[in-house]
Amino acid sequence: MAEYKVAKSPAILVSLGLGSCVGVALYEPTKKIGGLAHVMLPDSSLSGKKDFNPGKFADTAIDMMIQDMVKIGVDPKRLTGKIAGGAQMFQIKSDSSIMQIGRRNVEAVKSKLALLNIKILSEDVEGNYGRTIEFNCETGELTIRTIGHGIKKI
Amino acid sequence: MFSDMELDALKEIGNIGAGNAATALSLLLSNKINMNVPRVAIISFDDVSNSVGGPENLVAGIFMRITGDISGNILIIIPKPNAYNLVNYLLKHQPGEAGFSAMEESALVEVGNIIASSYIVALSDFTKLSMKISVPGFAYDMAGAIFSFPLSLYGYMGDTAFLIETEFTEGIDDINFHFFLIPDDESLKVLLKAIGVSSFGWNGQSRNGGI
Repeated sequence: MAEYKVAKSPAILVSLGLGSCVGVALYEPTKKIGGLAHVMLPDSSLSGKKDFNPGKFADTAIDMMIQDMVKIGVDPKRLTGKIAGGAQMFQIKSDSSIMQIGRRNVEAVKSKLALLNIKILSEDVEGNYGRTIEFNCETGELTIRTIGHGIKKI
Repeated sequence: MFSDMELDALKEIGNIGAGNAATALSLLLSNKINMNVPRVAIISFDDVSNSVGGPENLVAGIFMRITGDISGNILIIIPKPNAYNLVNYLLKHQPGEAGFSAMEESALVEVGNIIASSYIVALSDFTKLSMKISVPGFAYDMAGAIFSFPLSLYGYMGDTAFLIETEFTEGIDDINFHFFLIPDDESLKVLLKAIGVSSFGWNGQSRNGGI
């Protein structure tokens, strides 16, 4: 949770039990290099601390992950994205927007990727259930396991 | 972050709430309920779900939001086998493998509601702070996913969450669950101040004696 990893094939990157968090998988198909971030919150500008963990926020996690991918030879123009998560686990009526954190994470991730011109190839987001995701750096396939909502490959 | 005395005071707050909740649960189940000494913990996000069997462990979660003089969250986690035992005890039948029916879910939520309400009433009496709890929300899913929401509220402050955890156990029918009080950051100071234990403007007097 609140971190990211970059790896070269053969490798499988895994994020367990995503709820309101969003998993962002970036992939460079010719070099078979993938990255997976477990984003917890939409926007680092809301951080109460200056020395925050950049892996936690949609804007900073994606930037850091791309930097690491560039370091090992990835051309950022070739990156594509897949996203999953952003659920609202509990349906509670509340006047504040904090209950909507899942949806806000999804929106933040999408606008960050749009800003960077990274195309989202597929997504499995929102809903009210948890997801465990596995990103295969050999194939670029993102496998989503749920409880009661089946297994999906996107 | 907090002094030992403050942590002890928070533990005592947890104890008072949990004691009341255990009594309510014991009346409801007409059985003896054991509770452990509350654990006051500042733990990393990943370790939170490890405390209930890991992020992928299947659990029932009952969530309530606290508002009023303090704000925060209550999360009751009942691991799958224990949730099945609890339903069996209350309704005299085993839930199917596919999950809980509306009636079974409602029974679990009601138990959560009774426990959380008793906890909050005791807390409110003790601290003289006004607190309301929301209608409970229910999820039967991976522990990591269930914790993600209350933990993400902490994410803006740091990489750790502050929890007051109590475990309730009913031995005969193997009903066991974890009660987490997760106060919002600023509310911890309010709680400590209310019982006169606070390095944030502590005046050296205890308003409630004893602590």
